[in-house]
Amino acid sequence: MHRSTLMSRLFARIDSRGRIFLGLLAAGIVLMPILNLVVPPGSPLHVPTWLVSLMGKYLCYAILAIALDLVWGYCGILSLGHGAFFALGGYAMGMYLMRQIGTRGVYGHPVLPDFMVFLNWKELPWFWYGFDMFPFALAMVVLVPGLLAFAFGWLAFRSRVTGVYLSIITQAMTYALLLAFFRNDMGFGGNNGLTDFKDLLGFSIQSNGMRVTLLVVTMLALALTYLVARFIVTSKAGKVLLAVRDAESRTRFLGFRVEHYKLFVFTISAMMAGLAGALYVPQVGIINPSEFQPGNSIEVVIWVAVGGRGTLVGAAVGAILVNLAKTLFTTGALAPYWLFALGALFLLTTLFLPKGVIGTLEEWRNRKREKAALAANTVPAE
Amino acid sequence: MAIRSLLHCLAVLGLLGLMLAQAPAARANTLSQATALFAADNFSDTGKAIDLLSASDLPAAGDVLEALGDRRLFVTQDKALVYRNKAGAGFDALTGKPADIPASLSAVRINNRLRGTIETALGRLTLQSPDANKRRAAALAVLKSRSPESEAALQAAVRAEKDGSIREIQQRALAAITATAPNRPDIDRLAAIEVLRDSGDRDSLTPLSLIPDTAGEGVKEAAKRAVAEINNRLALWAGAQNAWYGVSLGSVLLLAAIGLAITFGVMGVINMAHGEMVMIGAYVTFIIQEVIRTKAPGLFDYSLLMAIPAAFVVAGIIGIAIERLVIRHLYGRPLETLLATWGISLILQQAVRTIFGPTNREVGAPGFMSGSFNLGLMEITYGRLWIVGFALLVFFAVLALLRFTPMGLQMRAVTQNRRMAASMGIRTGKVDALTFGLGSGIAGLAGVALSQIDNVSPNLGQSYIIDSFMVVVFGGVGNLWGTLVAALSLGVANKFLEPFAGAVLGKIALLVFIILFIQKRPRGLFALKGRAIES
Repeated sequence: MHRSTLMSRLFARIDSRGRIFLGLLAAGIVLMPILNLVVPPGSPLHVPTWLVSLMGKYLCYAILAIALDLVWGYCGILSLGHGAFFALGGYAMGMYLMRQIGTRGVYGHPVLPDFMVFLNWKELPWFWYGFDMFPFALAMVVLVPGLLAFAFGWLAFRSRVTGVYLSIITQAMTYALLLAFFRNDMGFGGNNGLTDFKDLLGFSIQSNGMRVTLLVVTMLALALTYLVARFIVTSKAGKVLLAVRDAESRTRFLGFRVEHYKLFVFTISAMMAGLAGALYVPQVGIINPSEFQPGNSIEVVIWVAVGGRGTLVGAAVGAILVNLAKTLFTTGALAPYWLFALGALFLLTTLFLPKGVIGTLEEWRNRKREKAALAANTVPAE
Repeated sequence: MAIRSLLHCLAVLGLLGLMLAQAPAARANTLSQATALFAADNFSDTGKAIDLLSASDLPAAGDVLEALGDRRLFVTQDKALVYRNKAGAGFDALTGKPADIPASLSAVRINNRLRGTIETALGRLTLQSPDANKRRAAALAVLKSRSPESEAALQAAVRAEKDGSIREIQQRALAAITATAPNRPDIDRLAAIEVLRDSGDRDSLTPLSLIPDTAGEGVKEAAKRAVAEINNRLALWAGAQNAWYGVSLGSVLLLAAIGLAITFGVMGVINMAHGEMVMIGAYVTFIIQEVIRTKAPGLFDYSLLMAIPAAFVVAGIIGIAIERLVIRHLYGRPLETLLATWGISLILQQAVRTIFGPTNREVGAPGFMSGSFNLGLMEITYGRLWIVGFALLVFFAVLALLRFTPMGLQMRAVTQNRRMAASMGIRTGKVDALTFGLGSGIAGLAGVALSQIDNVSPNLGQSYIIDSFMVVVFGGVGNLWGTLVAALSLGVANKFLEPFAGAVLGKIALLVFIILFIQKRPRGLFALKGRAIES
């Protein structure tokens, strides 16, 4: 009884947009395995495995975008360092996958990954301990980005670093991590990062089944991320977050501990980003320091901006749209023009579409509804 | 036997410089004796021939000895001494005329001991060469080898030497010999140690550590103290050198950050395309150099001077265009400005990549910027010195512009209180555009300087943007002095961290430091006070 009320209460918090979004995800979860595994390859309905992986990648980006939208769209924290949380989650998963290679590496060392043997290391560094256990790695996937975000946010929000300053120091954070992970003696594979993964939980990472499973898990994670984010923004705390976004000082004077709210949402968001990174790595098969590049983090911002900040679903849609465009551009003859297009996207979105695709659509619909209401009101009067 | 002692006699006389007036006939005689000794081709006779030659004032003696060392010296059937030069052409040692050398001849043999003798002899020969550079090199060679055989020649050279700096080296070389050679009185050794200590560079450390065991305790003690003193002095100079590198890096940061300090610090606009303005300045320099190279190569040394106004104007105009077309619409929305200018930076990068290609472009250094000089034990390159000077010049020019010109007054008025400035009749839109143009133009100037020390590629700007923001944020927004202090201190701190932590780790440490510093002082080192900051 209790459970059903909880479910219905949760369901009531989801707007029509969210219902469509979750419905599509549910359809995907059911259909994708069938279309890839059951429908024969000759059939026009068959979904090839490369497409499964591509979709998985996009949906990981969508999780990351929702994470950023949660802090930027609802709390006004423009983080230019979410790529770092994403990459840290990815590295945590990558470390697990490295340990699973075992003796199948080039050097065949039972414990040490290839790059450590190559560097003449004799034993595993302490921070690699435990990554052979999946639950531990999974915990690290969310804990490491979460802890970093907590420490960083605790320092930054407490001393009221806001706005552009916060953006710049988050960028400095990811830049510092970029430099650090490039170093060979950090113990994370340096320039090459972690790659050549063999299997995950005992199943080959290359197999069709694993690919589809990863996509399904990603879709589930996306749905879960959306639900959590939606739950947060519709809760009472969510109202405070909006207040912080729109008038931080006023909220503080009303007696709210602004920094606590910010810290909470920043940490949750970083954990979501870490989860996205962890799902991303097995699907693309590599994680390297370039994920820390400041440019990557800024690109995430444009996904959210294109989709519509402060809409959650819009962020996911934006991530998918922009990355679809990127794939289309960079695989065809238009490749040299992708950066022009991306740059134009930044410009045009901020200048002409500040609410993003979803936000603008909603505005139109509201205006139409208003007009209809106006018309309905005026007709009887005549 | 008699001949040998005679030879020794001759050698000693030569060392004392008394053979300067030797007649050509006597030269021929010396050479024929040497040739006979070489012809014998056993190591001890060859050694004597070397002594003989080194004591003579034969013009070809140096070439002959060098040829001997490289096994290019031959004695022909009719007892003539011939050698090949490095290119392989044959010469007669007596006449200096080209000579045919049959391929069947085998070179005069030498061993390692003789190689040492040859080197010493060559050093002795060049100690009094008319060419000052050769004399200096010879004196330095003796300072390195410390062979007691060179002592007499060196003493003669010291007496003849007019150039003070060379004499100083020669005296140090003498001191090095006295300090290390066996069987010298302690009193001489002490004096020598003093000379070495006072000259005090790295080369003096080796002789000081090689004092023979036979020397007295006092001597050993003095040598130990001298080593410690020299090491201290070296550490001090190394620190000074590091500080100079730091100032040099700081001036680069300063150049890159001044423009940002104006657009971000004064106007409050986040310009992520600032780095691309720097890049454009560098490419303008490249274009101007290319034009000069093809049209008027004689003006090459002035290419940078011409690039300075051109880069300023080009970057400034692009900046004004950006302000008018994009940023104007986004005032009051700093986060959106950040994103829009990031988009601009992507477009500019790709545009430059499309036009000039993705590879690095070569920008040459004009004559007055190449080379270096020594200040004490520091090495300072002219290029870096010019950049430091240029950075300071730009800094003070901007400071004066803001302070003393009507335009600067209007800029300050608009940034402090836009509405009031507008009410006083200032056209704020125009001032905004000009301020942004100024900031961008200065970034273009930075590009001219950076083209000298960095790769001119489409990514040039990217590598400076984060550093520049760090400088501005660390120094305090809206305060040019803060930018100066921040740039220099970050530069120096970076260079001092490098030896301990490595370049990358040092940079990471600084980034972490700044992140923590902002927590403590969110408005930077030199924060503006008053109401303006809260808006």
